[in-house]
Amino acid sequence: MIRSSASEMASALAQGEITSLALTQLHLDRIASVDKDVHAFLHIDTEGALAQASAVDAKRAKGEKLSPLAGVPLALKDVLAQKGVPTTCGSKILEGWRPPYDSTVVAKLKKNDIVILGKTNMDEFAMGSSTENSAYGPTHNPWDLSRIPGGSGGGSAASLAAFEAPLAIGTDTGGSIRQPAAVTGTVGVKPTYGGVSRYGLVAFSSSLDQAGPCARTVLDTALLYEAIAGHDAKDATSINAPVPQVVAAAKSGDVKGMKIGVVKELNGDGYQPGVRARFEESLELLAKAGAEIVEVSCPNFEYALAAYYLIAPSECSSNLARFDAMRYGLRVGDVNGASAEEVMNLTREVGFGREVKRRIILGTYALSSGYYDAYYGSAQKVRTLITQDFTAAFTKADVLVSPTCPTTAFKIGEKSNDPLAMYLNDIATIPVNMAGIGGMSLPSGLADEDGLPVGFQIMSPVMKDERMYSVGAALEAALLSKWGAPILSKVPALGGRA
Amino acid sequence: MSSLSRDEVANLARLARIEMSDEELVSLASEFTVILEAVARVQEVASADVAPTSHPLPLRNVFRPDVTTPSLTPEEALSGAPASEEQRFRVPQILGEEA
Repeated sequence: MIRSSASEMASALAQGEITSLALTQLHLDRIASVDKDVHAFLHIDTEGALAQASAVDAKRAKGEKLSPLAGVPLALKDVLAQKGVPTTCGSKILEGWRPPYDSTVVAKLKKNDIVILGKTNMDEFAMGSSTENSAYGPTHNPWDLSRIPGGSGGGSAASLAAFEAPLAIGTDTGGSIRQPAAVTGTVGVKPTYGGVSRYGLVAFSSSLDQAGPCARTVLDTALLYEAIAGHDAKDATSINAPVPQVVAAAKSGDVKGMKIGVVKELNGDGYQPGVRARFEESLELLAKAGAEIVEVSCPNFEYALAAYYLIAPSECSSNLARFDAMRYGLRVGDVNGASAEEVMNLTREVGFGREVKRRIILGTYALSSGYYDAYYGSAQKVRTLITQDFTAAFTKADVLVSPTCPTTAFKIGEKSNDPLAMYLNDIATIPVNMAGIGGMSLPSGLADEDGLPVGFQIMSPVMKDERMYSVGAALEAALLSKWGAPILSKVPALGGRA
Repeated sequence: MSSLSRDEVANLARLARIEMSDEELVSLASEFTVILEAVARVQEVASADVAPTSHPLPLRNVFRPDVTTPSLTPEEALSGAPASEEQRFRVPQILGEEA
């Protein structure tokens, strides 16, 4: 049962074949047996999950009308506030903090009776591409425990690939949902910016951050998106418009007559041969399914990475100023006579990890008087140019596609001392965040040279999220009939029983 | 321009309120030489005629009706505080001794 999709679990629940309590317990057992190897979770809320499961079973027994995913378990990235449950963002500065409120995403999950198993590991404050920047130790990729599961949402993606949860929530600032999905053979979607409320999502880079669904199938991500999406008065940047009908799109998977634009600049040099081979193969399958493949050019994408590593650190240097040791979280050095400033300095020295400090300092520099125009100001102009490239490309194609990342999962430790090499992981995912459009990654197979999963990225215009679900579902169906079984059936057995 | 000295990093760390060891300052300064060179590429295309984008949505002020809505109790608001006193956050000394 734990290897089923979320929608299969939902229908087993609806038909009374299993209770949510039993299903939740199966997943808790699985976590207990494999998470010592995978380390996808920072906190497991056994009591809360079982209580939620019993409550939904009681509602079902009474014949109440339930939401499509009611009773199905989920893993929550530890960057979203959940009332009374530890929320660390992978940082020592928030160790032990229990939020006094629910984020809107959590409130909606609860309203939909989706059972929250616990909080997943991540790069500290979502800054990273490997989950190695977590203050609580790295997460291991279930495909090969010596490799990274991507980041920052490596815990969420790994929990899916390890069958510890059928659903997960991630957040994506520069690829933190899509890149982990790509390297773990799972599906992850960054919705249009403003599609899902950011209330209670601990801010890294406010103009880029977006929460979204992660799962093992396109349909499951669609069901989860519709559960968490929609306007929220508590987030002034949440879009007040009807939620894109992505479930219908994922169910139809119809791409006949659709124009799919291959972004010339997001391929070629620097992309691993196996990544390119799977990408080309996927394009052929989509063409066979009736889509028209065209090539588009986005010449300013080559500046996206540079602009991102100015904009995100600038916003982070401002956002993380709130961790000042005064109102919540860690406080160090509060001895008699110490000033507030000394306490802040010491707390932030101890509480923040290396990458977070690096980005705060970089952002402080980029925003400082005398350098603002040259760095932050120029980066904002590049943001305009990238958005214009997308606008032009979307006049020629309904969706755009590329490999999700240049390589398959690398070894833990391989890039941790080279920030620039690490940043290059996000080269194909960052443009989407800069323009605020939607992006999905789904598995396109395994690279021949290393047998590791490869991701296929689909990008859709603002609030046209349904298009990437149509294309994703079409590709998923074509690949499934080619392979005969889901890609995750090839994940090596972990320590635990399956 | 695309490099930072140890003292410049020390000044940034002070502005960002992060205590840093000498070793950390030196190694950050050397990393920044590489990082700044990479990010400075934005200047190649950022000409004067391009308008900056600060945010993906063309939003202006967003208003809501001025009505009271439920909020945290003082106990809840203080529940994560490192120190509190009389329903207030207790903080280290902010002003000088004579104040």
